[in-house]
Amino acid sequence: MVSLRQAQQLGLPFWRTQAHKETKPTHKVQTMTDKTKIAAQFIQAIPHAKALGLQLTHIGNGEAEITMPYNEALIGDPKTGVIHGGAVSAMMDTCAGAAVMSHPAAPGGTATIDLRIDYMRAATPGQAITTKAVCYHITRNVAFVRATATDEDTDRPVATASGAFTVEKR
Amino acid sequence: MARSKPEPMQVVKQRRDATLNALVGGVPYIQFLDITFDRRGDELTGVLNFDDKLIGNPFLPAIHGGVTAAFLEVTAVISLSWSHLWPLIESGELSPEDIEAGNMPAFPKTIDFTVDYLRSGLPRDAYARAYISRAGRRYASVRVEAWQDNHDKLFAQASGHFLMPQLKTQ
Repeated sequence: MVSLRQAQQLGLPFWRTQAHKETKPTHKVQTMTDKTKIAAQFIQAIPHAKALGLQLTHIGNGEAEITMPYNEALIGDPKTGVIHGGAVSAMMDTCAGAAVMSHPAAPGGTATIDLRIDYMRAATPGQAITTKAVCYHITRNVAFVRATATDEDTDRPVATASGAFTVEKR
Repeated sequence: MARSKPEPMQVVKQRRDATLNALVGGVPYIQFLDITFDRRGDELTGVLNFDDKLIGNPFLPAIHGGVTAAFLEVTAVISLSWSHLWPLIESGELSPEDIEAGNMPAFPKTIDFTVDYLRSGLPRDAYARAYISRAGRRYASVRVEAWQDNHDKLFAQASGHFLMPQLKTQ
């Protein structure tokens, strides 16, 4: 994962660097699109996230949402065209890390300590997979995250994950 | 009773290697990550061939945690499948031609997978070996270790549970 300082060194805009006060509604709309753009750039800075085609669709307040479009290169079972669990793991790890970094109490970057993934069912071939991660508790040293991945049938999770992450100092 | 003459070594090696290649080569995601397997007898070592697209933190740089998880999971599934199919490979019931003709045997399905991150993955090749703690008829429990330069210094370890495919010949 990329730390805040590292992002700043690279000149990468970062959502947490913008402690802004929104007054006018037009300004608010502007900052929202900025955030989306910044989030997209952040993902683009991670080579493997780029390789998986990950799209960060929401970030902030200890929550993150990432979508992975269906890609034949990620198939785990050629008979059915089902995406490999490893690709789902990689997406969930990225999303969980992003959730930690977006938490108001997280000063900088993060690294995974452990991550457990439960696979409920095969993702439907041809559909994008979306992960929502929530950093539900954070201490000075450790952040705890839960994540759920679904395809277009959002009522039945494809996988759930829970993990512990480091809290890196600035 | 006269013992039948053992098969020539090259015949045995060719059959084992061709079956392994067919098994591994049939999965697009394993090609995507460029994971290969070294075989010594029935013992497999997974090799994650390094590439820039596997990077998760471009500043350190370090291998993406999700890639590490996927590498461990791929090694677990292939090793488990290999040991499960071993009697069929040895008896010649499962030939590499069968697999290439599309008769890919079903892989074990991951139920859950937990990864411990012990060190950051350096930007170079990584190795992994799976140890099957228990292979039951329906469920299996597998432990995996991954290292880079020194086998003693693991950079990640994992353990997971798998649902075993039911072989038709059983």
